[in-house]
Amino acid sequence: MAENNSDKNIVYYPGCTLHTWAKSLSDTFIESFKKLDINLHELSDWSCCQAVFPLARDNIMGLVPAARILIQAREHGDILTTLCSFCFNVLRRTNNAIQTDGEIRAKLNAYLEEDYTGDVHVLHPLEILKVMVGFDKLKSKVTKPCGNIKIGPYYGCQLIRPPKEMKFDDPEDPKLLDMFLESIGCEVVNFPFKVECCGSYQIVQGEDMVADRAYAILSNARKNGAEAIALSCPLCFYNLDTRQNLITQKYTDFSPMPVFYFTELMGMALGIDEGLCGFDKHKVDPGILLESLQKSSDTQEHVTVKNDQNKLGVN
Amino acid sequence: MEELSGQNLNACNQCLKCTAGCSFVDNMDLLPNQVIRCIQLGQEDEVMKSKTPWLCASCFTCVTRCPKGVDLSRIMEAIRTLLLRQGKEHINLSGSEFKLPADAPQQLFVSGSRKLSG
Repeated sequence: MAENNSDKNIVYYPGCTLHTWAKSLSDTFIESFKKLDINLHELSDWSCCQAVFPLARDNIMGLVPAARILIQAREHGDILTTLCSFCFNVLRRTNNAIQTDGEIRAKLNAYLEEDYTGDVHVLHPLEILKVMVGFDKLKSKVTKPCGNIKIGPYYGCQLIRPPKEMKFDDPEDPKLLDMFLESIGCEVVNFPFKVECCGSYQIVQGEDMVADRAYAILSNARKNGAEAIALSCPLCFYNLDTRQNLITQKYTDFSPMPVFYFTELMGMALGIDEGLCGFDKHKVDPGILLESLQKSSDTQEHVTVKNDQNKLGVN
Repeated sequence: MEELSGQNLNACNQCLKCTAGCSFVDNMDLLPNQVIRCIQLGQEDEVMKSKTPWLCASCFTCVTRCPKGVDLSRIMEAIRTLLLRQGKEHINLSGSEFKLPADAPQQLFVSGSRKLSG
């Protein structure tokens, strides 16, 4: 399967936030996948997925936008991928509902005048990296390993739960992001709060609640030895990085902790243009960590050169 | 409420795993297990005036851990849905008291408005 990557069209659904607010998440993903010889076809004329999966049993209308996206994707390939955890949750659960619930399938198809049965595979980029690329191959493509940075992998909610429908990983102790970070050379720090909720959209009801959640998560990561965390969801990034000032205002014992999208670290490791990482948009400056990354990569290159010299008999 | 959520509320035996793992219990007036208990006892009025359903962010931790397979996130949504369909919005997006943070992602606005307003 991995041999024919370049023949496989993967349909990419960016969603409302990825072209603008979380541009670096999208750009570093696309450039990294180019380096891995994976073709992405961005869906044209896409609409909002509605961000939250409708949980009221009679709200079938709420499934229409996601069903439309799945049907559009089917025209271009059999794999649909998306980065935002909310989009991923909505698209995968909607597809699952169409596959398993005859009433939902019939009503959606009748409304949309289609015959969709849920045959598109909704895959997260981390799953594509594991299954279609392989972490060993990813590791072999790394030109600047992320040495020296101790990273806590943060999964949050929508990526992994509810497990019966998402079937992403162990919901209490997921490892996929851990494995990814290891393969690009990070020192992975396990921390129990990696599956806690970041506060989601609740900042509209009160900043304190979100500050408390973010403080609990980042402090727990730090207590276990992390210098930074890596994640995949723009809203988690907002609560944990953009509004980290709320934590420092409320908790005097807290010192800032950098937050990365996992694709930014992948891009750095694969040697893409660093400008795409948008580090200037991060509220918590990852500068010191990036300097240490640069140093580690210089050391790595130095060692490689030295080894080559040895092979050539030069000393 | 059972019809809208698709859940059998009598399956709950009040083990409190939902409440033990909930991120927002500090801000709730009814604990997650108490929401179910109230409905079991026919005290729907308590639930409908509680702020707990609006604080539930649908993180699905309780769903993941419930040993009886009760999907509490669907019960919370059923309560919100019943209220919203009566025109009782929790947040009025066009109201002057609502202030969306200027630096927020689109994702926050879409998800928050879909959960908290009609």
